[in-house]
Amino acid sequence: MSEMTMDTPKGGARTRERVAAGIARRYRSERRFRLFGLVAIVSALAFMALLFVSIVGKGYSAFVQTEIRLPISFDVAVIDPQGLRDPDEMRAANYGKLYRDAIHGLFPGVESRSERRLLNGLVSSGATFEIRDAVFAAPDLIGKTREIWVPASDDVDMLIKGHIDRRLPEHERRMSDKEIAWIDALAADHRIETRLNWRFFSQGDSREPELSGIWGAVVGSFLTMLVTLALSFPLGVATAVYLEEFAPKNRFTDIIEVNINNLAAIPSIVFGLLGLAVFLQFFGLPRSAPVVGGLVLTLMTLPTIIIAARVSLKSVPPSIREAALGLGASKMQMVTNDVLPLAMPGILTGTIIGMGRALGETAPLLMIGMVAFIVDVPGGFSDPATVLPVQIYIWADSAERAFVERTSAAIIVLLSFLIIMNAAAVYLRSKFERRW
Amino acid sequence: MPFSFLLLVLAGLSVIAYRFGVSRARAVAPGRQAVLHSRPMYHGLYVAIWCGIPALLVAVAWVAMQPILVKGLVMGGLPDAYDALPKARLDLIWNDIRNLALGDVVRADPAPEIQAAAETFRRLYTIGNAALTVLCLIAAPLAARYAVRHVSIDLRARNRVEAAITVFLVASSLVAIFTTVGIVLSLLFESLRFFAKVPVLDFLFGLHWSPQTALRADQVGSSGSFGAVPLFSGTLLISLISMLVAVPVGLMSAIYMSEYAHRKFRAVAKPLLEVLAGIPTVVYGFFAALTVAPFIRRAGEAMGLSVASESALAAGLVMGVMIIPFVSSISDDVINAVPQAMRDGAYALGATKSETIRNVVVPAALPGIVGGVLLAVSRAIGETMIVVMAAGLSANLSFNPLDAVTTVTVQIVTLLTGDQEFDSAKTLAAFALGLVLFCVTLGLNVFALHVVRKYREQYE
Repeated sequence: MSEMTMDTPKGGARTRERVAAGIARRYRSERRFRLFGLVAIVSALAFMALLFVSIVGKGYSAFVQTEIRLPISFDVAVIDPQGLRDPDEMRAANYGKLYRDAIHGLFPGVESRSERRLLNGLVSSGATFEIRDAVFAAPDLIGKTREIWVPASDDVDMLIKGHIDRRLPEHERRMSDKEIAWIDALAADHRIETRLNWRFFSQGDSREPELSGIWGAVVGSFLTMLVTLALSFPLGVATAVYLEEFAPKNRFTDIIEVNINNLAAIPSIVFGLLGLAVFLQFFGLPRSAPVVGGLVLTLMTLPTIIIAARVSLKSVPPSIREAALGLGASKMQMVTNDVLPLAMPGILTGTIIGMGRALGETAPLLMIGMVAFIVDVPGGFSDPATVLPVQIYIWADSAERAFVERTSAAIIVLLSFLIIMNAAAVYLRSKFERRW
Repeated sequence: MPFSFLLLVLAGLSVIAYRFGVSRARAVAPGRQAVLHSRPMYHGLYVAIWCGIPALLVAVAWVAMQPILVKGLVMGGLPDAYDALPKARLDLIWNDIRNLALGDVVRADPAPEIQAAAETFRRLYTIGNAALTVLCLIAAPLAARYAVRHVSIDLRARNRVEAAITVFLVASSLVAIFTTVGIVLSLLFESLRFFAKVPVLDFLFGLHWSPQTALRADQVGSSGSFGAVPLFSGTLLISLISMLVAVPVGLMSAIYMSEYAHRKFRAVAKPLLEVLAGIPTVVYGFFAALTVAPFIRRAGEAMGLSVASESALAAGLVMGVMIIPFVSSISDDVINAVPQAMRDGAYALGATKSETIRNVVVPAALPGIVGGVLLAVSRAIGETMIVVMAAGLSANLSFNPLDAVTTVTVQIVTLLTGDQEFDSAKTLAAFALGLVLFCVTLGLNVFALHVVRKYREQYE
């Protein structure tokens, strides 16, 4: 060191000076750069946290539902005037009158027609059906008076959950002072309560937020996924096995490979256009049906499964193949008995991930009419149906304030499904994956 | 019998056929199975394949062709007066017939010939389904019987089964090609019909987009104009905003993860970041429309700016977040592919870590990063739900991120949801837009993959 400084005393000193002067600045810039990286990651994760918090915060309240306890008198004159107990007659009876009479009975002072209509509006129109079902479940109720919990209308629900601001002047609110006074009277009488919202999990869609549920969409999603899995798994694995184990290296197989890679990158909505033009217009399959949705999603998921399966097959060491062939197995026996079982955990992981993506897919299903308003829970593969993400889209488009919490709650359900599936994939991978 | 049930029955029959084949093979060589060319299992599979596959093929072909045949027969059976009607009208009549036959809601009292046609429709379907069931249930056991008779010591059952499986493997790998061909043909075919009504140049370079066409000739209003430039500009604007979010954040995350982060931090943060990619886009759309857009509008108003309630900024920001993991995982890959020797060289010259990254690693990885960004752009262009829910419908030719703009995907969705006849220029326009979308994303992808591959080869 001392020799070097002896050789170039002046130049060395200058360089060292300059380096020393720059060091602090360079270290500062180093720290800044590092901080930028950390900030990038933290901000992305913070955004995700914000998204989850906002959705859970908006959605958790949909799991409970405001209900009103009414003293319903099951009047024979209304339900079964002829006394024949004929189910058809009884089904057609005016059950709405029962709950209207009950709530009018609670507020005897309300006389004018328009006020009575307002009062009726506190109760959901769905109460009609629930009272009817109660009668059919227990016919001996007829002629008696019972306290029954019926769903409140969505506005009442929103007020009780605090989404309607009482402090606003009356004309800016969705509810009049009179209605709020009635609700407070009911609440003081312990006649209003928020209870577990079982309708949300057991009903199909509805125009009335308080009556709408996700069960129809869940069943639709299940049927669609069943078709997708039944088609894409065998097709995907077969393609991967062919390309990885059998295909000769030539132009033709090159074309297939390039094709698959390109299919993986085509926007999902284009698959919807394909489904519309080919499955609906050409083959005349029914609109909105899970079978068509399943077909479209199969085409979309195939590349994912194929690519995952090929990676997994590739990771099986050649020694396994050579050993099998050496023992006299045919090539097909080698694949089905030795290579595929070893590659299966990886293939299944890829399949679950592909299915998860298909479960969250919305755009192509809009193209094939799964966006229709469907009340009934689908019973088969060709019934009109909708799926969870499309249901979320439909509700997100609705004007009623009460649909916001339902949308968020449906998102919570969808995300739970996805988390379960991905957790299963991670578990499979960690438990069964072999490193050679 | 419903089709799914028929499939189950066929599967059951094949299982029975398998048992028959196995026991037959055991019977032809009692006690000395070694003389069989193939093991009994293969004879069983051989018989099962004969039982199930031909019947399955017939059933699938039948179900695919039945609607077309029925339509031909029913429409052909209508009185001659109907032949002269325009195609659009005939399609409506066909819909009526179908709805009537399936018991759906129909317009008030249909004409007697329509009712008769609906009756024919129903009858043809009943006959067709019954015939298919009978055909399958007779053909499957017959074919199985034929195969069982073939079982002998010398039958090369394994080879035949393996040949059948190979055919299945090849056929499966052709599905990918058929899908591409199907996409190209359907897009091209419908687009050509659209371009017969609207000139290509008007579509590609027109500045005015208002696809509302009059349903009846005497209706007031628009004749519809299909200049797609506002859609292209809107798509570009939103993609640009999303890239301004995704590229810096994604790239910096990747750099931090691969160069700075502790192994434990990486093990936690990387999967968490990937979660962003797994969230369904409809969830992002809801978040953008309900939380981000109002926030941006309030913030804009506080600063005295007028912000549209469906601003391009909101949609672009959220889309950018969605794409972050995409950019970061590709960048991570390419940064890791830069040889350690290059970093060591820079350190030896006295460079700090950040100087090494900025002056050596990133320039070396640049082609790969650019390729990754191009892939991300194509993802952004094709993204649908976020823009459908958070961007507007108004086709403004504007590059102000605070305005409402619309995109190609939004218009495809709007044109094709809701009631409309299939042959109007309005619906066909959606396919033309789809074709543009397909070509652009495909082109970007092919180019980007080429760049990434070229880059990888450099260091391998």
